[in-house]
Amino acid sequence: MSTSEYDSYRPPEPEGGRRKRRRGGRGGPSGPDGPGGRRGGRGRGGGWKNRGADGNREMPMVEDVEFTSYYGRPIVKAPPWGDEIGTYLFLGGLAGGSSLLGFGAQLTDRPGLRIASRMTALAATGIGGAALVADLGRPERFLNMMRVVKVSSPMSLGTWILSGFGVGSGVTFAIELDRITGEKLLPLGPLRKVLHALETPAAVESAFFATPLAVYTAVLLGATAVPTWNAAGRNGLPYVFVSSASMAAGGAAMALAPVAETGPARLLALTGTAGEAYAMSAMRKRMHPAEVDPMDDGEPGNKLHRAEKLLIAGAIGAAAVEVGARVFAKKLARSGAGGVTGAIAEAVGGAGESAGVGKRSWKTRAVLRGLSVVSGAALAAASAYTRFGVLEAGIESTKDPRHVVEPQRARLEERRARGITDDSITTGR
Amino acid sequence: MSTPTIDDGTLADGHWHDSAHSRKGFFTDTSICIGCKACEVACKEWNRNPQDGTFELLGSSYDNTGSLGANTWRHVAFIEQDSERIEKARESGRKLVNLGMPTIRPRNDESAAAQPLDGALGAAAEGRTSAGLPTTPELNVDLLAPGALEPTDLSNVDTTPPDTADFRWLMSSDVCKHCTHAGCLDVCPTGALFRTEFDTVVVQNDVCNGCGTCVAGCPFGVIERRDDGTINTPTDRDDRKAADMDVPNAGTANKCTLCYDRLVEGQEPACAQTCPTQSIKFGDRQDMVDQAHDRVAELHAKGLTEARLYGANPNDGVGGTGSVFLLLDEPEVYGLPPDPRVATKDLPKMYANAGIAALGMVAAAGLAFIGSRRS
Repeated sequence: MSTSEYDSYRPPEPEGGRRKRRRGGRGGPSGPDGPGGRRGGRGRGGGWKNRGADGNREMPMVEDVEFTSYYGRPIVKAPPWGDEIGTYLFLGGLAGGSSLLGFGAQLTDRPGLRIASRMTALAATGIGGAALVADLGRPERFLNMMRVVKVSSPMSLGTWILSGFGVGSGVTFAIELDRITGEKLLPLGPLRKVLHALETPAAVESAFFATPLAVYTAVLLGATAVPTWNAAGRNGLPYVFVSSASMAAGGAAMALAPVAETGPARLLALTGTAGEAYAMSAMRKRMHPAEVDPMDDGEPGNKLHRAEKLLIAGAIGAAAVEVGARVFAKKLARSGAGGVTGAIAEAVGGAGESAGVGKRSWKTRAVLRGLSVVSGAALAAASAYTRFGVLEAGIESTKDPRHVVEPQRARLEERRARGITDDSITTGR
Repeated sequence: MSTPTIDDGTLADGHWHDSAHSRKGFFTDTSICIGCKACEVACKEWNRNPQDGTFELLGSSYDNTGSLGANTWRHVAFIEQDSERIEKARESGRKLVNLGMPTIRPRNDESAAAQPLDGALGAAAEGRTSAGLPTTPELNVDLLAPGALEPTDLSNVDTTPPDTADFRWLMSSDVCKHCTHAGCLDVCPTGALFRTEFDTVVVQNDVCNGCGTCVAGCPFGVIERRDDGTINTPTDRDDRKAADMDVPNAGTANKCTLCYDRLVEGQEPACAQTCPTQSIKFGDRQDMVDQAHDRVAELHAKGLTEARLYGANPNDGVGGTGSVFLLLDEPEVYGLPPDPRVATKDLPKMYANAGIAALGMVAAAGLAFIGSRRS
């Protein structure tokens, strides 16, 4: 390194850190060290690597791999999506799954499940939509989303799906609200009959958009240049997301509706846990290691691991509740006899035991209900952690160009090995 | 005026088929870039882009801009390399040539006329001083090491870029690629991004609502949402309220427009007009590609096998770029992706998978209700 009188103005160098990272043959007086000489070329200077000093443990690994970058700077940019989008990913799935449960509950006459699911669906849609608007750079222009219908833009389709879903979901919610308030609160007059006549069409409409709502976010993430999302989207993220949505909706219903009515919710949630566990591991196997890494390391990795644990715990709990519900079906059935009002009391207050017929069975019911609430909450939380984990893993994967360059190099070499040499962006002539 | 139509085999690229204009583009020849950053300055001034950062030194040679972004639409990269890296670059370039790819059009290399700028550049290489390109003695001694220049190149050829055996300084002015299949344009949900009559991709800042999908959609990391930036003077920069005040188009996506406002007036983009070495050339995209092919063949003939083109291949993952580059090393050295692919290419498959997954979820819900029938 050259010395000059200006060297005293340099910030102090982290002695230990830099020395260790240095490789042999450099630092000698013969090097062409200009003003920036010691930091040239392939990431051998302090500049970018010092960014790793904030606790990102990946940095040393990067140097060991034979891999070139421009000072370790990102190649693709992370979208400006924060926790609002993570919240929406979770709530969108929750809303979609809940709407399906609500429709099924209507058809199979499960008032408690129906009310809980419809309330959940609308609340999730409302909060999720608000989160989406809040995340915009210009929230006052959110209606511009509806200027076009664009098949090539998953977000455009998603806007229409969410809007379509919101209509049916809103109508069914209004009906439930009207019922709960004894058909008095809403000043509808003769329109009340019209509203209630719309119940089935609205439920069908909302159920029609339910699964697209739960799954389109996977395509939205997949159709990006963000390495981890893109690879996930190509290798089965939609399956992970519908499973996660089933889990969230089933879990929420388990927590909110009486045990006797939430059999379908438990089965849906259990299917979801199995689906997610399988789809997630299958997806990881098919992705390039450099694309999977962000899902294992750091905060996103923690979230996904936490999701796994909650998933297992919730699945065991849900299975136990299901077994219990079948064994003690008769005892539970009496609490369900309370009719609509009893179901409402259960759904809203969570104090389902108030129905209180049969004194000997209250303990069984309380235990099952408690277990149902806890495992349902665990499943919903697992779903939320999965969504946040996937979102943040993608954002993390843009920060280190390794996640971009290595998979792209690998696929380029793989194509060349197969004899396809005419589709590289870099050409010799 | 016509309505945008969908190209064969592409998804909503929105190309114009009966535009009165031909497709415009850049050819950025990095072998003659001198790293003056005039393009950055001209771009900032013309487009009134806010300033990035706080004038900190980034510790990356003379690059203190960092990267392309919402406020920086031209970015000059500086890379310092030793002989080992030069040899590697030369070798990888040779491999590219040996792959024999691609055959885009019949070659008639040797008839290529020397470009006007080469005279001036060649002068620089020989240490002569030509108008507009003064070569300081110190630079020659310290960095270019004239003793190391290959004598054959110096004797009778005046088109060789400055080249040394043991050290080189790569400079490259990066810009939006204006892709044939533009990821940002495909995924924009508001229609704020559109394809102009010059086949470039431009954001309408009065429409964009800043959703940020395009940021994720760009495989080159070009477009960005303008969340900060300042056009205040350094003295009042401490007051952050003042700094946020007068940034134009805040909260919307921003990127190079290929100076759309200048093109419609028949002018060339500010960066190309200001470039003193004509490293940035602007014109009809086909002309640019032709020039690029000629130039790379010319450099190969001089033994500079490290030269290669980036974005001139219509078969690549983005269908070729409107901004073609001549690079002297692997693209990732310059911070460019080695095999970019427009993500919407995978959309049909992803939608199919999503459809299956959605049906699976309906089936799961149906079975859940059937499985818990109450007898």
